[in-house]
Formats: sequence, structure tokens, C-alpha cells
Amino acid sequence: MYIIIALVALVFIVLTGVVISRLQGVLKSINKTDSDEVVTTGNKFNGAMFIVVLVGGAISITWSYLHAREFFLPEASSIHGRRTDDLFWFSMGILTIPFILVNFLVFFFAWKYQHKKGHRATFYPDNHKLELIWTIIPAIVMALLVFTGWKAWSDITSEAPRDAEVIEITGKQFNWIARYGGVDNNKLGDYNYKLIDAQNEVGIDLSDENSFDDFTNPSEMHIPVGRPVLLKIRARDVLHSVFIPHMRVKMDAVPGMPTKFWFVPDKTTADMRAETGNPKFDYEIACTEVCGQGHFSMKMRLIVDDEATYKKWVSEQATFLQTYPEYLAKVPENLKAKAMKYVPAEAATPAADSSATSAGGAGASSSLR
Amino acid sequence: MSAIEGLETAHHHADEHDHHHEAQSFWQKYVFCEDHKVIAKQYLITGILWAVIGITMSVIFRIQLGLPDSNLSWLKPILGGWISDAGKLDPNFYLALVTMHGTIMVFFVLTAGLSGTFSNFLIPLQIGARDMASGFMNMLSYWFFFLASVIMFASLFLQQGPAAGGWVIYPPLSALPQAHPGSGMGMTLWLASMALFIVSQLLGGINYITTVINLRTRGMSFDRLPLTIWSFLITAVLGLISFPVLFSSVLLLIFDRHFGTSFYLSDIYINGEALPNVGGSPILFQHLFWFLGHPEVYIVLLPALGITSEVIATNSRKPIFGYRAMIASMLGIAFLAFIVWAHHMFVTGMNPFLGSVFMFLTLIIAVPSAVKGFNYITTLWKGNIVFTPGMLFSIGLVSLFVSGGLTGIILGNSALDIQLHDTYFVVAHFHLVMGAASAFGLFAGVYHWFPKMFGRMMNTSLGQAHFWMTFIGIYLVFIPMHYVGIAGFPRRYYQFTSYDFTHKFMDMNMFISVAAIFTFLAQFIFLWNFFYSIFKGKKSPQNPWHSNTLEWTAPIIPGHGNWEGEIPAVYRWSYDYSKPGAKEDFIPQNIPYSQTPESNLPHENELIAIEKVIESQNFNDQFKTHH
Repeated sequence: MYIIIALVALVFIVLTGVVISRLQGVLKSINKTDSDEVVTTGNKFNGAMFIVVLVGGAISITWSYLHAREFFLPEASSIHGRRTDDLFWFSMGILTIPFILVNFLVFFFAWKYQHKKGHRATFYPDNHKLELIWTIIPAIVMALLVFTGWKAWSDITSEAPRDAEVIEITGKQFNWIARYGGVDNNKLGDYNYKLIDAQNEVGIDLSDENSFDDFTNPSEMHIPVGRPVLLKIRARDVLHSVFIPHMRVKMDAVPGMPTKFWFVPDKTTADMRAETGNPKFDYEIACTEVCGQGHFSMKMRLIVDDEATYKKWVSEQATFLQTYPEYLAKVPENLKAKAMKYVPAEAATPAADSSATSAGGAGASSSLR
Repeated sequence: MSAIEGLETAHHHADEHDHHHEAQSFWQKYVFCEDHKVIAKQYLITGILWAVIGITMSVIFRIQLGLPDSNLSWLKPILGGWISDAGKLDPNFYLALVTMHGTIMVFFVLTAGLSGTFSNFLIPLQIGARDMASGFMNMLSYWFFFLASVIMFASLFLQQGPAAGGWVIYPPLSALPQAHPGSGMGMTLWLASMALFIVSQLLGGINYITTVINLRTRGMSFDRLPLTIWSFLITAVLGLISFPVLFSSVLLLIFDRHFGTSFYLSDIYINGEALPNVGGSPILFQHLFWFLGHPEVYIVLLPALGITSEVIATNSRKPIFGYRAMIASMLGIAFLAFIVWAHHMFVTGMNPFLGSVFMFLTLIIAVPSAVKGFNYITTLWKGNIVFTPGMLFSIGLVSLFVSGGLTGIILGNSALDIQLHDTYFVVAHFHLVMGAASAFGLFAGVYHWFPKMFGRMMNTSLGQAHFWMTFIGIYLVFIPMHYVGIAGFPRRYYQFTSYDFTHKFMDMNMFISVAAIFTFLAQFIFLWNFFYSIFKGKKSPQNPWHSNTLEWTAPIIPGHGNWEGEIPAVYRWSYDYSKPGAKEDFIPQNIPYSQTPESNLPHENELIAIEKVIESQNFNDQFKTHH
């Protein structure tokens, strides 16, 4: 990297030298100013510079591209991700043609048609055929790109398959919280932002029986490989955005408006560790919508497991009610029996007692606050 | 109605007539001045000062990003408590810097500084008018801008720091003071400043439109207007339609912040408290914001393209290629600008079908843009190009506009935007196509019209050196930034050490920062050249670039009223450069066809007959004299 700095410094020094030398030329020419004419000096030099920058630019862009390529994201780990990657490089390939063509023509013409004394420019005000050509060709290319992009976009944003693993991810200042539908019914319970407190971080509504076996995790998310995963995305306070770079997943988390994104991961964390040769490799979830001071470090680990490991992991997780049995108080009386199943035996009795003494409705509503 | 108004202004002018021959006081002449030329210079100088502040901010956060280990204690005298004792930049202040850099550059430099300067300066001079339709409103426009500037500047010194939610100030972050220190007083001042700024833009815009439509001189039909004027007119229309929408979004945000409404707020739990607001939508703000925000891109860019058209034609000594196609493409871009805003919102959870529609509309913009690019190239073709600094910057603009515009085709594709949204790819894209390209338009305009503004010439060699350093520097900054973006680096990150996927490209980020500092330093050449030449530059001749447009027929330093005696009539378009048969390689717009029989085209000979009619018209200059 010091070489690069040295290189830039060199460019700077050379250009400074050029400036000084040119300045001296000017100072000389000031002395022999004549009449009304403004003669723009340095035409040859500037013309030549266009060619120098054209050639230099072509070399540096090619070199830097080849140099930087190793750090472009490794091959995507999701099915749609590989598709958008292909589309990206396909589009970039097409766009490189006008990029080179236009810059070449601009720089080359600037050099070629630089001012020559006694020369006259060609009076060439319009040509409808040419105008038509460069209206129609871009239009056709655009149509092609729109079509491929639209196909990919509508597939990616289509409804998630019914067998998709549903996981909720909630953004808050400054971390993510994952919530799973649980071991038994695999359905996420309802939520309400007014139920949020220090323990119940995502506002699980315990009056919904689906929520009894829900469990949350504030540091890592596990997903199974090879089948659709549907992320239900929420935010608690301000805008956040779920970004899983390797999965090519990005979707904003909006307070008051749940969003979603589904994808099929097809490489487990272990696969990627083997592929990248990095035993510490981990998928990461980041935030890409500015959300305050900790925006740059809203990290969550993402672990892609094979099906068996994933099932095992899910079954080992403590449900929310197991972790915080005191919330049993918020379960409506008629569902208590059902909820007891998810509460550790030793904690269940006092919790049930306390709910009985706090006289049902009033206690529940006060804890709603 | 208009006749009566005309009479009234006539009386008004008659009253002023005597008045102006007395020596004007300093305040009237330079401060509360109604003369469009002085107002233009006020805009320009204010814009330059803001640019210095805005670009300095970018250098500070580039040091943070590219040289994260550096000790910034030396900035303590300026930034005080924002630099920790260990010499580190405060993360909250980093966000404030990013936010203010965006706000300042987009609104105060490239909207006010570019469009404000050149619309004011060139519209009356190029269409042949004594001044703007309403000098008073024009003055108000500047002073509202000044007030907005003062408030925004004051917000930089707040203890909690200025606004810090990104220049797009998305709520709820910007609506909740408890969410971020920058969302407190800093945001209040930001909103107040922007509200005043919008008032300023509307006062200016109405004036530009009215002046172009009503005050054109004899013979200056719409198809003889220079492309600069077309671009200013279209820009003003864009601003007039879109700025009020920003105003409404700002107003609703103020309501949400101070009066307990819930336009943008719903289901929020923050700092241990569930807020009572329900039913609002943060997405609504984004729709309203980008309904301005996207046209704003063209409000910034179109004047630059207009200036470039004029400068490229003049210095290629060729007519601009496809004059009508240029106007049509500007109109097309302006129209499309209003129906593509949601391409900033592909991944906000907006209905995916809307995403498809906006992707389609967005990619259509590439077509008129391509037409413009190719027309510039054809204008260069077989020209006789003089590399004045203005010309160099115009050529540079074409290159930047195309290079940066092409990546827009990637980002406009919603499927590809999923990965690239809010990464450095976006930052690189819009800095090239809108930031740098428009800044180049600003430079081109300053170099080209400096002689008309100050009656002196800027130093050509310094200008050329400034161009090459800036041009190379810009590419050195933003090409590598695309790579960083493709690697997935998110924008507005204080540092890249928290993630494995951003734990690379240290050298690339350092390179970008060094190149940014280099480019920043190069701007001092311009600053010196500009301020030195105002006082000590070589005296300008009448028409230094041998240009055809009307401003060069006015006195070298035009007085109030621009032309002494009658305003010249216009008989031809402004692009008769290198016409076959003509003696000189340019024929100014005020030369009748009857005087140039040797170079007239057949249909132009027929126009000789109506010259008498044009000459006898006198619709906006009742006195036939300057005052």
C-alpha cells in the first residue's frame, strides 16, 4: 500500500512540476501581451494529455480490476444470488462496450481535432439518421436488460414457497434479534410493540398459543441448507436494513411495516469454510440503513447448517417461556395448560401461583404497559 | 393584465431611472442588490465558500475511512470535543459529517451555487433582457438562501452536532431526538434551513421561467435560444414542481417531531418506552423525499449539461450537433425525472410490482442521456478544438457523465440493486454522474464566463493544470470506489473492522483517501486563480472566446441594464460557428442574414425578408435605453 501512496505522490509531484513550468511560460507571455486577442496556450500539451490519460487510464483500470477482483464477493451462497451475479457481470460486460467506446472517442477526438492555425471546423449541425441510430440502439439494449432484470426480480420477490422455514428478524439499535416458530408447531406467534420490555425484546404476544414454543436469539441465526428460508423482517425503533452479503439478500426493516425476503441458501458454513480455505469463515448479517451511532457494527452471525444439524439445534433451544417463566402470567387462563408444556417444571408452580394471585385481567393489562 | 403590469414596471423603472444615476450606496450595490449580475456573483461566492466547507468534511471522513489508525489530534483546534483524547473521530460526528457533506454539496453548492449563479447571470444576458422579471424577488431569493445558509452553518456548532441521519434524513431516525444526538436541535435547524432554502429556490425558479418566457429580445424565438437557457428553463420548471413536495415532507416531519402527529411514525419502541404513535409510514416520507430527490439530481445536472453544450460548441468552433435533439432529450430527461423516484426504494419493502415499473421507467432515461453523450462527441468530431479551461472541464464532464451514468443502468435494475443498494457502488455512481459531472459544469461555467463577470481573464495554464489534476483525481477516487462497492462495503459506516466481509481492501480505501486529498489540494489552484484574477487578472477583451451569444455584445463590464442603448435584436441561432463561406469562424446572433450573404443557406436567405419586422418589434424595452 505504501507503493500506491508513493505512486500517487509521484503523480502529484510530476503534475506540480508541470504546473510550475507552464506557469513560467505564462509569466513570459504576459510580458508580450498584444491587443485584443486571447490566445489559448498549451493546445499541443493538453491534446497530448488526452492520449496519455486515455492510455494510462486503460492500463490502470485493467490492472486495478484484475488486482481487486480477488476481493469481490466470493461466489454467492444462494440460488438467486448466483443468478443476480451472472446478470450483474453480463450487464457490466455490455456496459463496458459503451464505456470504452465513448471515452475513447471523447479523448481521441479531443486530441485529433485540436486547434490548428488556419484550419476550419466542419459545419455539421445535424443528421437525423445518426440521431435515430443512437436512440434506437440504446433503447434495444435497455429493453434486453430490463427484460432479464425484470424476470429475475419477479422470481426473487415472488411469494415464498409454502414449505419455507419462517424466521423473524427484528432490528433495533444496535443489534438484530432472530425469532423462531419453535420446535412443535413451527409457527411464529403474534407480536405487539407495546408488549416489548427488557426481556421480551420483540414483543411476543403470549395470548397467542403459537407463541408458546417460540424462541429468540440475539446473537446468531441458524438456517437450514437447501430449502427456502423466509425472513420476516421488522424494526423496533428506526429503519434498519437486513444485509446478508454472501446470500445477496437485502431488505429494509421498517417500524410498523413488516417486510420479507426469501432465498434458498445452498452452501453450509462448513462448505464455505472448505471452499475459502478459511476455517474461521462465517456468514454475517449487517445493517445497511443508517440507524445511529452503532450502525457500522450491527452484526449477527449467520450459520447455515445441514438439515439434521439444524433440526438438532432447534430442538435444543430454550423457548422464551422456558427462559422467562414469569411471563406465564400473561398467558390467558384457558391456554395455561397448553403453555405449561413449555415451562420448566420447577419454575412452573410459583409462576402459576403468582398469576392466580395477581387476579387475571388487571395484572395482565398492567404488565402490558 | 400583463400589459398593466408592464406599465407598472415601466413607471417603477422610470422612478428608478433618476435614482440610479446617483451613486448607489455600498449596500444597494453589493448587498441588497437587485441586479442579476451581482446576485449571480453572490450565489457564486457563497457556493464556493460552501464547497470549501463541504469538501473539507469529505476529506475528514475519508481520512477516517482510509487511514483509520491515524491520530486526528491536530484537528482538535477546529473540531474540539468531536476528536477523542486518543485522537479518534467521534462516530456520531462521522455520521454528521457524511450528512452535512451531502446536504451542502447537493443543495448549497450544486443547486444554489451552480443553477443560482448561472441562471441569474446568463438568462438576462443571453436572451437580451435588462434584468430578471422581478429584481426584487430575485434579491429575496438570494437572501432566503443566505438565511438558510446561516442557519445550516450555525447548526455545525451545536454541542450535539448538526443533523446526522444521512442527507436523506429518513424518519424515524430523524424524527426521534432520543434515537440519535443529531436528531435533536441539529435536525430542527436542518429542517428550518431547508424550508427557507426551498422558498429561495421557488422565488428564483419563478423568476427564471418568467424571464425566459416574457423578456426575450426581438427575434429571440425559442428555437434560437442557446442550450444554456433551455437547460435553465427546464431546471427551473423541475424545481418548481418538485421542491414544494420536499417542503411538504419537511413540514410533516416537523409536525411529527414537535406536534405529536404520526405521519411517519408507527409501532416504535425506543429507550425503554413504547411510543403512542401508530398508523404512520416511514415509507411515505421516502416517497415524498425522492419525488424531489430524484428530479433534484437533474436540477443539479441539467444546468451543467447546458453550460457544457455552449462551451463545447464555442470551443470546438462547431455548431452543437443536433440542437433540437438536445432540447428534446433534455425535455425527455426532465419528464422521466418525475416518474423514476422509487428506484431509490427497491428494497424498502415497497410492492415488488412497483419495483418492476420503476425499473422499466428508470432504464428509459438511458436513451435520452445516450443521445446527449453521442451529440457531444459528434460536436467534437472534425472540430477545431481550443483547450480553454472551460472546454477541458466540459470534455471532462462528458467523460464523467457517461462513465458514471453507465453504472446507473446497473443500479436501476432492481434485481441487481438488491446487492448493491446502499453500498459504495452507489456512492461511486452518483458522485461521478451527478457530483463530479455537475461540479465540472460549474468549473466550465466559471472559467468560460469569468471575463463577463469580472471583466478580467483567469489564468489559462493554472486552469489547465487544475483540470488535469481534478480530472485524474476524480477517476482515481471513484473507479476504485466501485470495486469496494462490488465487494459489498455498505456506505455510512464509521469503520470497516466489525465484519469479516469488510475486513479487506484496506489498501484500496487508503488509496481512495489519498487520491481524495490530492484532488482536494488541487482545488486550491482554482481558489487562488479565481480570487487573484478578480483583482489582478488580465483585462478581458470584448469577446474572448469568439462566441456567438448575446452576452458578449454587452459592454465588457455591463452596467445596470446590461446594454447601453438599445438591446440588440437577434436574427439567427447561436451556433453559427465555422459556417462555410463566412469570413470569420463565428457569426454572433445579432448579425442579420442580410449582412452575411456569402454564408447563408438557402432557407436562411428567405429569412432576410422578416428582418425588418424583427427590428421594429420592441416588446420589453420601452425606453430603448439602459438605465
